[in-house]
Amino acid sequence: MITRFLLSNMDKRGYAFLAIVAAIGLLVPLANLLMPAGSPFHVSTATMSLWGKYLCYALLAISLDLVWGYCGILSLGHGAFFALGGYAMGMYLMRQIGSRGVYGNPVLPDFMVFLNWQELPWYWYGFSSFPFVMLMVLLVPGLLAFVFGWFAFRSRVTGVYLSIITQALTYALLLAFFRNDMGFGGNNGLTDFKDIVGFNVQAQGTRAALFAMTCTMLIAGFLLARGIVTSKLGKVVIAIRDAESRTRFLGYRVDRFKLFVFTVSACMAGVAGALYVPQVGIINPSEFAPANSIETVIWVAVGGRGSLVGAALGAVVVNWAKTMFTSGFMAPYWLFALGALFVFVTLFMPKGILGTVQGWWEKRRKPEALPAAEPAPAE
Amino acid sequence: MNAPVPGALTSSLLYLDGVSVSFDGFKAIRSLSLTIEPGEMRAIIGPNGAGKTTMMDIITGKTRPDEGTVMFGGSVDLTRLDEAAIANLGIGRKFQKPTVFDFHTIEDNILLALKSKRTVLKTLFWQTESVQQKRIDEILGIIKLADKRERLAGSLSHGQKQWLEIGMLLAQDPKLLLVDEPAAGMTDGETAQTAVLLKEIARDHSVIVVEHDMGFIRELGVKVTVLHEGSVLAEGPLDQVSANERVVEVYLGR
Repeated sequence: MITRFLLSNMDKRGYAFLAIVAAIGLLVPLANLLMPAGSPFHVSTATMSLWGKYLCYALLAISLDLVWGYCGILSLGHGAFFALGGYAMGMYLMRQIGSRGVYGNPVLPDFMVFLNWQELPWYWYGFSSFPFVMLMVLLVPGLLAFVFGWFAFRSRVTGVYLSIITQALTYALLLAFFRNDMGFGGNNGLTDFKDIVGFNVQAQGTRAALFAMTCTMLIAGFLLARGIVTSKLGKVVIAIRDAESRTRFLGYRVDRFKLFVFTVSACMAGVAGALYVPQVGIINPSEFAPANSIETVIWVAVGGRGSLVGAALGAVVVNWAKTMFTSGFMAPYWLFALGALFVFVTLFMPKGILGTVQGWWEKRRKPEALPAAEPAPAE
Repeated sequence: MNAPVPGALTSSLLYLDGVSVSFDGFKAIRSLSLTIEPGEMRAIIGPNGAGKTTMMDIITGKTRPDEGTVMFGGSVDLTRLDEAAIANLGIGRKFQKPTVFDFHTIEDNILLALKSKRTVLKTLFWQTESVQQKRIDEILGIIKLADKRERLAGSLSHGQKQWLEIGMLLAQDPKLLLVDEPAAGMTDGETAQTAVLLKEIARDHSVIVVEHDMGFIRELGVKVTVLHEGSVLAEGPLDQVSANERVVEVYLGR
């Protein structure tokens, strides 16, 4: 049943996406590990980690597209779920340091010793166990989304009001995580990681494994999201996006459907954050910044809202462009470029890169079959 | 007539008594009383602002009345339920402006309306069974859209959207259908076809039709209720009602 759920209704574009991500996930680590440094086929560890980061963003973009593109919930706080997943992973990585910290305390992370704390706060318990952390990566963002969504959707908060409170949510978390007494490293966040499941985080092999893992989770996230949007539930969710009250009069409990996709989406964002942290080596409160969440919205809009492949593509393209831009003399103008891109896409490519390309393609293949509404039957 | 449900307070399918609602001091409905018997088709007419749409909003749970009783099936108090619960009880509604799901195919529109469990898990793992597919095909035939099933509903003409929405109501298989101005914006030919369609539906459903078009009501040939300023002005066959002096006065503004 699960395979049927995941793979039925898969289209050509979906298979192409899966094939590409699988190929990247396999070939890039191999090119990194097996090819000698001078070879034209060699991929440096830095490049691999950079692309690993992009692919984490792609998973985040897919999770946002699930709620925004398909359900019409414009979340301007999805970065919060990403960051929470990241913090859960960060806490595990901190516990893995053990007594190798600057202060050599076997239990307390350095920042706690620095704050003169005597024992580990209760909410850090269990984070030395990897299975527990994997659970928390899903559970913490999922639970927050569930509770938040429960109240918001039941009270029928929609549209711009919902967007504003999601923004407030991530901002509140930003302020909270900045505080030292929260016990998450305050301003500096969590960093100086050493090991992950016993392997050195910095080692080339670990990096390659993390990259392959990111591709695997991107595939898994894509399959799950695709399974959801092509199911009847997906049709209901699109119906909610287009005519919410009509859907309600058909007997669907709109709030529960929204809650479902919102929670699933938050869990996916959490996984993306958890994979992101070991690859970039740090998590700090700036990940909660409202601007990050808004940037995610831009990726999805640029790639193609309402298309999972488009969302992933948008995340990679925009972030690749960001790297290109910010590493040269153009660096001070990146935010202008990003803003201009968003305006351009909204005005001229409302379906995003993927939708526009697809439109061209279809027109070229059968230019006569223009979608025109048939006239009403003449009587 | 159906035997009353045990514990039922009335044998009527729908029973409104002394219902009032006001918006910012404006009394949209004032002590409105109305009963619909099982299997009955009723036409409701009235000038603009008579409270026709507000009445439908109250029945379907969109608006809560300030006072009064709204009972369904003899024992269910509709004023305590929300839209989804009321829809699942078996009250379907067609809106004045046709609202279909533009980005779904015609077939999917019917599928979404098709009577089924509406829970999250049931819809997530939904498989259309052959009985259900047959019912969908049947409805597509009735509303004459079978050959366009793969088209997006957004590409349909106004009249076709009205029919699609009626088809969605059929798929819901409700005990009571509320139909708000089904003939609005239709050509004469379409209007006549719509009347035939509604009469067909009324054979095994109770129907309330709100309409402006007198010709259409005449074609339906059913009992008429005239609303005016939120309450019932007259009730009876169309000829009797249109001979009523008060009704003529309200309509012609004398």
